[in-house]
Amino acid sequence: MKQLLILFLTFAKVGVMTFGGGYAMLPILQREIVENKGWATEEELADYFAIGQCTPGVIAVNTATFIGRKRFGIAGGVVATLGVVFPSLIIISLLAGVITQFSELAWVKNAFAGVRVCVCVLIANAVWKLGKKSIVDKWTAGIFLVIAAAAILTDWSPVVFVLFAGVCGVVLQVLLRKGAAAK
Amino acid sequence: MIYLRLFWEFFKAGLFAVGGGMATLPFLYDISDRTGWFTHAQLADMVAVSESTPGPIGVNMATYVGFLTGGHVGGMATGILGAAVATLGLITPSIIVILIVSAFLERFRSSRYVSGAFYGLRPASTAMILAALVMVVKATFLPAVGAAFDWRLPALAVVLLVLTNTAGKKLHPIVFILASAVAGAVLGLAG
Repeated sequence: MKQLLILFLTFAKVGVMTFGGGYAMLPILQREIVENKGWATEEELADYFAIGQCTPGVIAVNTATFIGRKRFGIAGGVVATLGVVFPSLIIISLLAGVITQFSELAWVKNAFAGVRVCVCVLIANAVWKLGKKSIVDKWTAGIFLVIAAAAILTDWSPVVFVLFAGVCGVVLQVLLRKGAAAK
Repeated sequence: MIYLRLFWEFFKAGLFAVGGGMATLPFLYDISDRTGWFTHAQLADMVAVSESTPGPIGVNMATYVGFLTGGHVGGMATGILGAAVATLGLITPSIIVILIVSAFLERFRSSRYVSGAFYGLRPASTAMILAALVMVVKATFLPAVGAAFDWRLPALAVVLLVLTNTAGKKLHPIVFILASAVAGAVLGLAG
């Protein structure tokens, strides 16, 4: 029980110190989990992180579940995950309450009009970075164009696109491998 | 039962959003369109707040949406309940999937089907975030009905685009978010 509490608090600390996305979390995990607690090795952490990126869900959450499970079984996985999201729950609830209260003030509206421009730029940068890593040949470029057009022009659920792209990926890889073997 | 629906919507986002925090964005737009729980403009604000506060972006956005949605019913207390429900919805699929994957770690890593699926999923995820970007851009730059187009907005965007990719490359996004908030307040950008 005490072990689980320490696990929870450690991951809550990681949650507080992570500003931004999953990548911001890696150096903090290295310090807290590998160096301070010795719950995983550098290599294990790299593995968990890689798999956390290519499994569904938020990378930070996935990595926390991995480490928690490795250390203390299924209960550990659940507790570590709850720990990492706990600070968000408190901080965002407080902030959202405050922002809702003040959202009608003129200067708050003006400030957020400026912030929205910045959000556009940040998302554009994220698309560019992800694109460089994910569009690696003509096939992935094709998938990108088809899904982008469909997502912009239709109101279909993203679930449809994810399933379609996953199936396309498997079929393409099988065909490409067969093509390579035939040569 | 709004909480049940909230849980289910975020469960779907958690199960199908692949590739980190921003990948949940297309799902949030989809939820906004179908439920009307929050507007596209509010969603852009949520992205800004989620980037500027501690915690993973995906989790922060879920918490924020849950708070607003629950808050409609009865203020702070129901807001916090909504925030908790949405966040739990988002992380439940992760916990289940990772617990399964970690039991078959070696086989998962070397599976041809898994690597094939992600070969297709990664560009699709990028494409969906691009589509979400189109929505944010519309909500940000297009003027309200009857109002004139404000050239200061795209001008600010160009400045930020240059700065974030040159001198400010290593800086945390929060620096640019705060600077834009100041610029917005000083210039009166809401029009």
